[in-house]
Amino acid sequence: MGPPRPPNDATVATAAIAGAAACPLLLVEALGKAFETAEGVVTAVDGVSFAVAKGEIVSLIGPSGCGKSTVFNIIGGLTPASEGRVVIDGESVAGPHAAIGMVFQEESTLPWRTVVENIAFPLEIAGMRRGERLETAMEFVRLVGLAGFERRYPAELSGGMRQRVSIARALAFRPKILLMDEPFASLDEQTRLLLGDKVLEIQQDLAQTILLITHNITEAVQLSDRILVMSYRPGRIKRTVEIALPRPRTSEIVSSDAFGRYVAEVWGDLREEASRGMRQDERHAREEARR
Amino acid sequence: MMRALARTLRAAPGLVGLASLAGFILAVEALIRVGAINRYVVPLPSEVGAALPRIVAEEDVVGRFLTTAGEAAAASLLLAAVGIPLGVLLYRWRIVCVAVESWVGAMAAAPLVLVYPLFLVIFGRTALTIVAIGFVAGLAPVILNTLEGLRATRKVLIDMGRSFKLSHAQRFWKIELPSALPSIFTGLRLGLIFALINVVGVEFLINFGGLGQLINDLAERYDLPAMYATIGCVVLVSVLFFMGLERIERWLRPVA
Repeated sequence: MGPPRPPNDATVATAAIAGAAACPLLLVEALGKAFETAEGVVTAVDGVSFAVAKGEIVSLIGPSGCGKSTVFNIIGGLTPASEGRVVIDGESVAGPHAAIGMVFQEESTLPWRTVVENIAFPLEIAGMRRGERLETAMEFVRLVGLAGFERRYPAELSGGMRQRVSIARALAFRPKILLMDEPFASLDEQTRLLLGDKVLEIQQDLAQTILLITHNITEAVQLSDRILVMSYRPGRIKRTVEIALPRPRTSEIVSSDAFGRYVAEVWGDLREEASRGMRQDERHAREEARR
Repeated sequence: MMRALARTLRAAPGLVGLASLAGFILAVEALIRVGAINRYVVPLPSEVGAALPRIVAEEDVVGRFLTTAGEAAAASLLLAAVGIPLGVLLYRWRIVCVAVESWVGAMAAAPLVLVYPLFLVIFGRTALTIVAIGFVAGLAPVILNTLEGLRATRKVLIDMGRSFKLSHAQRFWKIELPSALPSIFTGLRLGLIFALINVVGVEFLINFGGLGQLINDLAERYDLPAMYATIGCVVLVSVLFFMGLERIERWLRPVA
């Protein structure tokens, strides 16, 4: 199941780019990021290249500390890259861009605004009139299944509902790409699967291109057309796994044999990296203790 | 039946609060009557209650109440108008913040009421002196809480704002300031307490103005029931200001 293992990193990068259509919506080229730390320069991400075609859902998966969130921040324009570039629809971007809607891992709703006001927030920033923006926001309230809760405040909602508000807010700006960083990380497994269904539904309705950053294999296989497996620090694309599960999909797919095989395949790659990460963390902790 | 019960339960904390106060007053009344508390130090609560109509009629307590409340309101408005922008200034200018933050902290602990002779020299024996001391005494907590509230803005909210390309001004007005409001209002409440204590204290010290002066007069006449009734009016000023502040906070930041 899936493509055979490519022999080296350069071939992996080419394969990751070739995986998208000839004219990708998002192109990430030789992305690199190094941080100055007390212990010297740490390369978080090195030579990361991939492409995402219009309407595709691509997941970037890797062990903790592999630089996934760094890639998220660079593509979203929140952190400058040390090397490489990000191209969206043929335009090279180096900062926050209207074409990208970001959904963060941490809860990011504004607690003093109601659901509909939260979703209308980017439209307000764009200068849309109040009536018009609330009307537009209501479409997205319905899209994420929160009709009836539009006048509630985030404190009155569950964690899953709050994340749906964040997704709707990112979508209200009509971005070309929805960029999500472990959006369901703080939720329980059942809610996570059901929200996965909601994301699939939205993706189908809007033909939305999505780049999902995650460490959850089930979530990645459930949602993606392709999974890019990252190595532990420095983060590189180790392998691309094409997910040939039929669409439209629902969370029922998790009980199929094919799903299980994809999970096992991705875990096979990830396990090695996660173990390497764990060993490095332990070594680091021991050194810290000796100091 | 069920609805009436639910209404009673919702009102329960308020009712318990009132019952506790009534219980305390009754206990003090009883302890004084049996001689456990000296009635020449603490007057009977029933006498304090009876003194209220007298101070309204003879001592113009309503006018004095309004004077003290007006001075406290002026000091509070100044606290908000000057203290909050100063907190924002320290948040924005890191170098100024590093230079003066510990001094502002020290100012919060200083007994600033003792500088009243300086203000007497500047403003004379007027309401301005009282307002100025109330303002200075309450300034530090407003500045520090504004600073702390702004600093505590969650990074993910700032990042979310950046992802929507908010300008610096939009980031401040749409994210940082609303996020800091609970802390700013905590600062205003503390500032108000300090301001009110100092307003009444200076009225007492310089024998001028509202309720503080009346407390001074009544203490000198050894009219303890009327004095305690006037102290009750000071508490009422404080309660009214707190309720007002809470309303303004809910209006500015409606949170469920």
